[in-house]
Amino acid sequence: MQLFISQLLNGIGNGVVYASVALALVLIYKSTGILNFAQGEMALFATYLTWKFTEGDIPVVAAIALSAGIAFVAGALIERILIRPVESAHNPLNVVIVTLGMFLAINSLALLAFGTDPQKVPNVFPTDSFHIGDTNIQKETLGLIAVLIGECLLLWLLLQKTKVGLRLRAVASNPDSSRLVGINTGVMLMLGWGLAAALGAVAGSLVASTDTAFDASFMQIILVYAFAAAALGGFDSLVGAVVGGLVVGVADALAVEYVDALDGIPVVLPLALILVVLLVRPNGLFGSRTVERV
Amino acid sequence: MTERPLLELRAVEGGYGQVQVLRGVDVTVEEGKVVVILGANGAGKTTTLRAICGMVKAHGELRFDGQSLVGKPTQAIARMGIAHVPQGRGTFADLTVEDNLRLGATARRDNGIEADLARWYDAFPRLRDRRKQTAGSMSGGEQQMLALARAMMARPRLLLLDEPSLGLAPLVTRELFARLGELNTEEGLTVVVVEQNANLALDIGHWGYVLETGRIAVQGSAAELRENEAVRQAYLGF
Amino acid sequence: MATDVDAPDEPATAPDSGVPLYAALPRPVFWARVVIGGVLAFAALYAPWYFQPVDNKVLSQALYLAVAAMGLNLLTGFTGQVSIGHGAFFGVGAFTTAILMVDHGWTFEATIPIAALLTATFGVLVGFPALRVRGLYLALVTLGLAVLFPQVASKYVKGSGNIALVQPRRREFSSLLDGLEDDQWKYYVCLAVVVVLYLVAWNLTRARPGRAMVAVREQELAAATVGVNLAGTKLWAFGLSAAYAGIAGSLSVMVDGSANATNPALYFRLSIEFLVALVIGGTATILGPLVGALIVVLLRRNTEDLIEGKEVLSPAIFGGALILLVYVLPDGVVGGIRRLFARVGSRRASVEVAPEPT
Repeated sequence: MQLFISQLLNGIGNGVVYASVALALVLIYKSTGILNFAQGEMALFATYLTWKFTEGDIPVVAAIALSAGIAFVAGALIERILIRPVESAHNPLNVVIVTLGMFLAINSLALLAFGTDPQKVPNVFPTDSFHIGDTNIQKETLGLIAVLIGECLLLWLLLQKTKVGLRLRAVASNPDSSRLVGINTGVMLMLGWGLAAALGAVAGSLVASTDTAFDASFMQIILVYAFAAAALGGFDSLVGAVVGGLVVGVADALAVEYVDALDGIPVVLPLALILVVLLVRPNGLFGSRTVERV
Repeated sequence: MTERPLLELRAVEGGYGQVQVLRGVDVTVEEGKVVVILGANGAGKTTTLRAICGMVKAHGELRFDGQSLVGKPTQAIARMGIAHVPQGRGTFADLTVEDNLRLGATARRDNGIEADLARWYDAFPRLRDRRKQTAGSMSGGEQQMLALARAMMARPRLLLLDEPSLGLAPLVTRELFARLGELNTEEGLTVVVVEQNANLALDIGHWGYVLETGRIAVQGSAAELRENEAVRQAYLGF
Repeated sequence: MATDVDAPDEPATAPDSGVPLYAALPRPVFWARVVIGGVLAFAALYAPWYFQPVDNKVLSQALYLAVAAMGLNLLTGFTGQVSIGHGAFFGVGAFTTAILMVDHGWTFEATIPIAALLTATFGVLVGFPALRVRGLYLALVTLGLAVLFPQVASKYVKGSGNIALVQPRRREFSSLLDGLEDDQWKYYVCLAVVVVLYLVAWNLTRARPGRAMVAVREQELAAATVGVNLAGTKLWAFGLSAAYAGIAGSLSVMVDGSANATNPALYFRLSIEFLVALVIGGTATILGPLVGALIVVLLRRNTEDLIEGKEVLSPAIFGGALILLVYVLPDGVVGGIRRLFARVGSRRASVEVAPEPT
């Protein structure tokens, strides 16, 4: 029982990370219809920035805030300069190629700028645990959960309770009509990408702070799981991203522990999970429209 | 004394990529009038409205209150005071009725938005009943009311309507045009309505144009168009 | 999506201007095509005599990449089912060939049909869930496949040194013709496979299967009403495209010397390369995947050498080049060339048009 609970908590801790990145993916997909394969690498670059700031004696929380801010601007600029020209018409696969090109470019630029050695982001949360009876609950896990809840709350407030949020939702729902009521859709798209980039920056930095070290490949497997989480939840649902992330995290942790056949091939689980869900609900758990575009 | 017309199109050409649809359109809309544009499918009626809103590339003279619209982005044109209800309503299907209406007031900075919201709920009580429902879950007629109310929330100077009767039951269409007529007579709203079904449109219209293969074939007052033999046969069904 | 196989760009003309609606291919353009085709064919045949062995290896890699890209073209370009997991089929083909050769003593040539059959079967199996899963989700599920394959291979394939590497003896691949060096022979084998498989694809897309595929891509609902068997078309498109990828995998064992799954990101990277080659070359065209494969391989090769001491930058340059290519040629290379020809053609046609009546 104790093993189960500790694996469960483990899974939730991982799941929170997948959920954060999935939120970013869904945000971009909802507002622009694009699958951003470069999301992970953008988060990677921001994580390196966080590390660099802490090397300069900036406290870690401030460093994360700073790199999130820079990521916001960078994300907006990327949308304007790289994505916008290719978004319209022609071949929808063109955008996929661009994000893949970004994936390669950003990863290699990070290596160039920051070197190939693994680095460490200082811990944000205390590293000890709460003891309840025989079970240990790591404070880091609680901390990550708190951050995710905070992000969700902020996003909800932004989207549902502000004018800007309404316009973002409008652009995601019907870009043509948005223009007809006077919304500058370009600015909204940049905003969406900026937010997603900032979310990724926070997620990456936090993950790096909980591990002993991180290197240039650490976001890649997280990205695969995040895609699985977003697909599970329904690519146009922010709620789905969160639920999907938690489900994938927990299922993965439990399966790795209890299912021996999966030894060595952990990625089978998220794959099988998405497949089963999609067969029953082709739009994911919470998705609404038929999402056809890639 | 000649007052400058609110909307002026002269020798407007435009189309989609290699396909040219408009081949020299001349339309004049005086402030406070209802102008009807008739024509068969493919004649260029929708394209004309889209050209006005900057959704289609156009050459020629396109002036709103004296200012040129050519080359301006759609959102800027909307902010100049032109509200366009596109074919198929163009509602934000995932968003609630109330969200849709508030979005109509995007470009406004004044304090009257809440009052206007109440006013349009009064005018269309069914919208108030469904204010928290998603727009996409309503019937065609209700969505058309919503689209009209949303357009009015912008307090536009010019209202463009693209085939508002499409897909609507005759009774609903009648009510819709009655409202439009009221808005024009009571508020002085300038309206351009594009229709295939000419009867109701000409009832509230002052002036009319008939578009054929991208050019104006016939124009005249609503009464004159009703008398016109060809127009009667083609668009009025008798 | 992109242009259909053989639809020339038709500028609309006014109904009463006297010019026919479909301009016939102007004479100079037709002859230009013949001449260019002849030159290219000659270059392809002469190449291995002109180049060094190391270059011939690169060309051979481009050729098997072209086979895989064409397979993906059939599924994604023509039938509209996006897959970013064809690297997995490639891997299955490669390992089938390698294992048959090493563990069971087969000759290389004999393994190819088996690899094709096996991967085709897998392809159809993958196609079944694909019937239910659409667009974006399909892309993600196939991505999962590409990530899954190296893990499964590592778990179940224990080659020399107990890792997922199977390496047949080099002399198994030596030239069967006197007068041809090994690298030249390998090049011609790849070339022959490319020509055969491209001809097959060309014929398919021009006939009923091709129209069925395009119908599925464009308007599924409409396709079903005219009797196109949606499920059947999708399934055999999956199977066929997987077979192409599998054959490409087999060829890669000959060219690169082994089937290797030790790099977990390899098959994902290959899946991406197939897709990139397809899009850059021009989706739903016949020559597109070949052109795209050449570009991808040459680009990869040249960005590797570009900056002394800063090899870590080469993916950045490669990525940057991809982005640039997509801007400059949004319809791919072949699409861009076609538009160029169409513009040349229409300019001549417009010279012959009678002046517009006032």
